[in-house]
Amino acid sequence: MYDFLQQIWPTLWPTLAAIGVILAFVPVLGLYMTFIERKLAAYVQDRLGPNRVGPFGLLQAIADAIKLFLKEQVIPDHVFKLLYFIAPTLSLMTAMFALVVMPFGPVPTDYTSGFRYIVAPGIDIGIMMMIAISSLSAYGIILGGWASNNKYSLYGAIRSCAQFISYEIPLGLSIIGIVVAAGSLNIEHIVAAQGGDFWNWNIFWQPLALIVFFTSALAETNRLPFDLPECEQELVGGFHTEYGGIKFVLFFLAEYTHVVTVSFLTALLFFGGWHFPGLSGPVDAGLGGMLLRTFVLVAKVSMVVAFIMLLRWALPRFRFDQLMGLAWKGLIPLGLVNLVCVAVVFTFDLPKHLLSFTAVFLFVASLISARNLQSTINMPRSAGRPKAGSILSEVTV
Amino acid sequence: MSTETKKVKTVKWGAEPKLGWVEAMYLPAIASGLMTALKHAFSGKTTTRQYPDVEPVIPANYRGVHRLNRDEAGRVKCVACYMCQTACPANCIEIIAAPAPKDDPHWKDRDKFPETFTIDELRCIYCGMCEEACPVDAIELTSVYDLTGMSRQEMIFDKEKLLAVFDETINSGRDPIRTNRGALGPASEEASTAKQGPPPPGRGRHG
Repeated sequence: MYDFLQQIWPTLWPTLAAIGVILAFVPVLGLYMTFIERKLAAYVQDRLGPNRVGPFGLLQAIADAIKLFLKEQVIPDHVFKLLYFIAPTLSLMTAMFALVVMPFGPVPTDYTSGFRYIVAPGIDIGIMMMIAISSLSAYGIILGGWASNNKYSLYGAIRSCAQFISYEIPLGLSIIGIVVAAGSLNIEHIVAAQGGDFWNWNIFWQPLALIVFFTSALAETNRLPFDLPECEQELVGGFHTEYGGIKFVLFFLAEYTHVVTVSFLTALLFFGGWHFPGLSGPVDAGLGGMLLRTFVLVAKVSMVVAFIMLLRWALPRFRFDQLMGLAWKGLIPLGLVNLVCVAVVFTFDLPKHLLSFTAVFLFVASLISARNLQSTINMPRSAGRPKAGSILSEVTV
Repeated sequence: MSTETKKVKTVKWGAEPKLGWVEAMYLPAIASGLMTALKHAFSGKTTTRQYPDVEPVIPANYRGVHRLNRDEAGRVKCVACYMCQTACPANCIEIIAAPAPKDDPHWKDRDKFPETFTIDELRCIYCGMCEEACPVDAIELTSVYDLTGMSRQEMIFDKEKLLAVFDETINSGRDPIRTNRGALGPASEEASTAKQGPPPPGRGRHG
């Protein structure tokens, strides 16, 4: 036994250390993201935000955590107890499990030994596993909504289910182009392919993929323009109506973990990961270089997180048919078009920056969509329906 | 049949505005929404009032907690004439008068003085009529706005408490003895505050 441990220790300790880092940072990060989000919301709305607990309100997150952990555990009579308890745990578990293949610092592609900024380095199905696992998080929400035995929760869960299924497709489609270019599903390889020049970042030759990816990833996180499963104006609280205290925290933490995952993925897949112009040489050369690259990656991720939070206060919520329409009529065709363009460019060995013109297809799509929308608006709903163009016109029959 | 024609006349249909291809792309609207959010985020202007830390500026004609004024000799100015009690629309003032001790030179300028003077601060509607009615400027409303208490009994102010309010507020600079016999009443202070323009919208009279 001892010999066996001694034998696997060189590969075991970096994994344990990385797991420790993730387990330690994700809950704290989730807590502080609520604080940052509240602050940001306050600034956008010309308020001050939490500022009573500690300097600048920095201890507010801790106070919130203590309050939520000490809350009475209320279990409604009408819930299905087993699933009721499993759902939040499953939700957080799947959210955290997706972080296994996510590098949170520079990881060289020629992985040998020692500490690497990733729990499982060198996994060849990296990005596919991530998407597969993160789509499992729908189970947490659906089970929670079902076990709550409450119509609003169930509505939220059903919406969530439909939304997850619809947005998985454009999410996958948008990534394929990048995977084709890097020639690997391994996230380390995808990031390594973006090294060197600034213009090698995927955003500069796959802008359409970025838009499709980011939109559908936002829908996967249940964040505001797409937070139909929990929209409080219609569904009380959606799938977590019946949850309080620590069980609610788990759901909440799962949502923020998803935001972190999506932000990391956006930074890694489209914004060059830990690469930055001027930072050259092997990624694990020295401690300074590694820390600098970690900083670059974290800075990019923070920008994306801030952008996601800002979007929440800039955009109204989609209606459910609009949400479905956006996925099936907008993002999936765009993703397919992007995929075809990538295939054409790589089959005929054309310069890959030609692909930046795929963004033009967004204009084409909007033209078609505008035409369709006009025709639906002008379709006579009743005999007394006025012509479009006048906001209010009196009915003449 | 007649109701139907009426319906046709009154019902208005709203038509959705035309959606051009630029709007159908969503991105320009998202960009402008983000710009608005960012503009507010970095404007540095906040409308939050940090109330317990920063107290609001109370206008001079604010009607807060009552006080009973003292004269130069430190006596209560009130002559127990019952004018305020009569004027009070909420019946919150209760005065019991006592004859002033005639042989005392200290009290020889008046016939009566209030033995008790109680105001139920919870019943009061802070209309300021007592202040208007008082012929000797004895009762006044101060700008003290944060009156609290732990019991109803505590909120019934007697003479000593009302005089204590005077002692507390007279040197604060915000509540001078405002009315003078022969001069205009407190309502005229509207004129001086009116020059400052109306209070900012949505913030009430608290300034």
